[in-house]
Amino acid sequence: MGLAARPDGRTVSYEPQSSEGWVATRLDFLVNWGRANSLWPMPFGTACCAIEFMATAASRFDLARFGMERMSFSPRQADVLICAGRVPFKLAPIIRRIWQQMPQPKWCISMGACASSGGMFDNYAVVQGIDTIIPVDVYVPGCPPRPEGLIYGIRMLQEKVLNERRMDNRLRDEINPDPASQLYIPPSVIDELGEPFGNSVHQTRQAP
Amino acid sequence: MTEKFDVVRAGSAVPDSAPPVSPRNVQHRGGEPNATARAIVERFPGAVSRTEVVWGETTIFISPESVLEVMQWLHDDPAQRYDFLSDVTAVEYRDLDQPIEVVWHLRSLPFRRFLRVKAQLPKRPALEIASVWSIWKSADWMERECYDMFGIRFIGHPDLRRILMWEQYKEGFPLRKDFPLRGRFSRSEQLRQALAQNPEAKYSMEELTIADAFEDLPDDMRRRINSGARTGE
Amino acid sequence: MSSGNRTIEVELFTTGLDAAGRPQRTPLVTNDGGSQLTIAAPEAMEPELSADHMLINIGPQHPATHGVLRLVLELDGETVVRCIPHIGYLHCGFEKIGEYRQYNQIIPWTDREDYLNSIGNNVAFALGAERLFGIDVTERCTVLRVIASELSRIISHLVWLGTTCIDIGAFTPFLWAFQERENVYNLLEGWVGARLTTSATRVGGMAADIPAGWMDGLRHFIRTFPHTIDEIDRMLTRNAIWVGRTVGIGVMTPDEAINWGLSGPMLRASGVAYDVRKDFPYLDYETYDFDVPVGTNGDVYDRFLVRMEELRQSVRILQQAADKLPEGPLNVDDARVILPPKSKATSEMESMIHHFKQVMEGPRPPAGESYVAVESPKGEKGYYMVSDGTSKPVRWRIRPPSFVNLAAIPKMVEGHLLSDVIAINASIDIVMGEIDR
Repeated sequence: MGLAARPDGRTVSYEPQSSEGWVATRLDFLVNWGRANSLWPMPFGTACCAIEFMATAASRFDLARFGMERMSFSPRQADVLICAGRVPFKLAPIIRRIWQQMPQPKWCISMGACASSGGMFDNYAVVQGIDTIIPVDVYVPGCPPRPEGLIYGIRMLQEKVLNERRMDNRLRDEINPDPASQLYIPPSVIDELGEPFGNSVHQTRQAP
Repeated sequence: MTEKFDVVRAGSAVPDSAPPVSPRNVQHRGGEPNATARAIVERFPGAVSRTEVVWGETTIFISPESVLEVMQWLHDDPAQRYDFLSDVTAVEYRDLDQPIEVVWHLRSLPFRRFLRVKAQLPKRPALEIASVWSIWKSADWMERECYDMFGIRFIGHPDLRRILMWEQYKEGFPLRKDFPLRGRFSRSEQLRQALAQNPEAKYSMEELTIADAFEDLPDDMRRRINSGARTGE
Repeated sequence: MSSGNRTIEVELFTTGLDAAGRPQRTPLVTNDGGSQLTIAAPEAMEPELSADHMLINIGPQHPATHGVLRLVLELDGETVVRCIPHIGYLHCGFEKIGEYRQYNQIIPWTDREDYLNSIGNNVAFALGAERLFGIDVTERCTVLRVIASELSRIISHLVWLGTTCIDIGAFTPFLWAFQERENVYNLLEGWVGARLTTSATRVGGMAADIPAGWMDGLRHFIRTFPHTIDEIDRMLTRNAIWVGRTVGIGVMTPDEAINWGLSGPMLRASGVAYDVRKDFPYLDYETYDFDVPVGTNGDVYDRFLVRMEELRQSVRILQQAADKLPEGPLNVDDARVILPPKSKATSEMESMIHHFKQVMEGPRPPAGESYVAVESPKGEKGYYMVSDGTSKPVRWRIRPPSFVNLAAIPKMVEGHLLSDVIAINASIDIVMGEIDR
């Protein structure tokens, strides 16, 4: 169909005159190009930033322009976790669980000062940055970031996706924390702790 | 077909009074106390220790033992009718010798009155006071929050457990003055404990008894559920 | 201008029509003969399905919980037997932080606590702190604060409308509502420079006066916004799906509503005409001519109608405020709380010392306490502050209306279907930032 990568390897050109039906490009580029332009976000909106995220998705800023209008509220069908808002300690196991439920390849945007660093909440209740729990690809500063800021962060993420190499295993390898460190929890324990109790059909009891 | 209600109007008990206006030039102390203040002193002379008016708001100090009795009267008496419980909270002063104050903010919609009731709790290991849940259902979560933040036990509350912090939260009661702003533990320890919240924290004991999973629980947990113990204590 | 305590009852429409063709409340099930017929469930369908109760968990991460609320539902078939809400997933320790901050420094926190109503919270907090200092703000500041509160009521109700529509299955009103929100954001941005977290007030005044030409923008908004309300009204109010999902759902009687401490549109939908602006007025609300809409059925549909009418009444108040905005000073003339002008602070010794002490030590109110409640979009929002004479409050308590409103959800959802739980939860208009604080 006449789809060809330009010599710079960064764009695809399409020539309707050609009817030979071939594509010539780097596999990396084609895959990344497809991924970058159809990222499905998983909006983990907790606080103020979620309102700005909604504004970004609504009519004026129109997130659909970047192939992101398909909000996936189920982590299992999502590519990007957008953590919008502060994350208190009570929410820490939940955001980690959501991250574990997302299939590879996955990325994470930390939206706003609170998600990135705890922000103005330097106290007993708030996690000082979600990067202490899950890996973060793009930090969007602001309290809350304006929609333009979030869009800039999304463009940066797309840039990052476009530059990934399939052969680079380090990118997608999930490495367990050092067993000697305090943060290490064995996988069996994680499964046991993280498994939700109530969504199973076995959670029944006899009616009185 | 839904049933239609008659409209309940605030101020219905005083229909001829002038419409309320925004407060202006409020005095710091002194000023006309709420009409309830005198009535309550006459009705419960032993229970009321003092009455003060600060910034135009009447505060009545009552003894902790008489809370339920006084509140019931304030709610039921036809000349008071405090039917709306705005707020239940507590105050601990920076001077650690001062007692903790439990504060109720009441509104009487028919009379358009506002009243603050306080009870002073001396600092003892067990901070206990009567729950007003039986009078106002709105006290339910506010008393739970007060317990969560200050450790004040409300006797007679049907379901007094932590509400904002998770049930296994070990650091104490955050709004007490001896609790540091950043908590007692290090950040990494806080995070480790938070990430290791166990399944009990995800479901309350009450909910777990619904589930089949009861049989799969560890022995000690089942024993505690059976004995009616709560989590996290 | 009327200063009475007027109340209007909302006229209720549904898709049902009576003989004269006027809309009326009717159940959606009718037979072809014209008279109403209720279809009873066949006996045989009931028994074996209802043998087991099931426990189902909604949240904390769920698109329809408006944040990180978690509901545990015990279901009998599809009927809710019991609902146990879990909150606290967004507990950020606001009240603790308040004890470590000066009064003006707390204002940025009030933005982030009920983040749909930021500027309204700023106003409420400033009123509370000014009560502690014994300050009455200037005439111009009062009117500007009324404008701020009503704008914030509008944007908060618009978010409620948009998200509730999505929950119940309509997407278009969400886009319309957010389009109008952007218009309000433009106004707020022109005034204080921020879209969402405004921090607009200071103890004794405002952070900034409105810029030149701002009033024209406000008047334009006042002219155009009612069209959007009418459009949304046309789309939803008589919509069969909307009516079917909301009428008769989550009913609270007036007595129950008062006893459970509901406030705001939740309380008024149950037929209790209590509005802080009318009954315990502040900011001279008694001089504005506006009506308090009251529902008479106490269900989700009435809450929707009450909020729609409140949007219109807010526009009325905005119009009157825009007409009466006086010239004059913005901040009070009180050296205890107001900084000296910058030109003096950089040229005169006394002013510089004064400026330094104001900023580093902060204003000190006399020992005392105040509970100031305002009518936030969610209900009665109270700030209770206790001062011991130092520059930081001993206790800063937020009385969160949606916290108390949400506490009634187990009562409201009992006996309803699982899908109605979503509608009821949406009708409460919860903001987790305010509930968990």
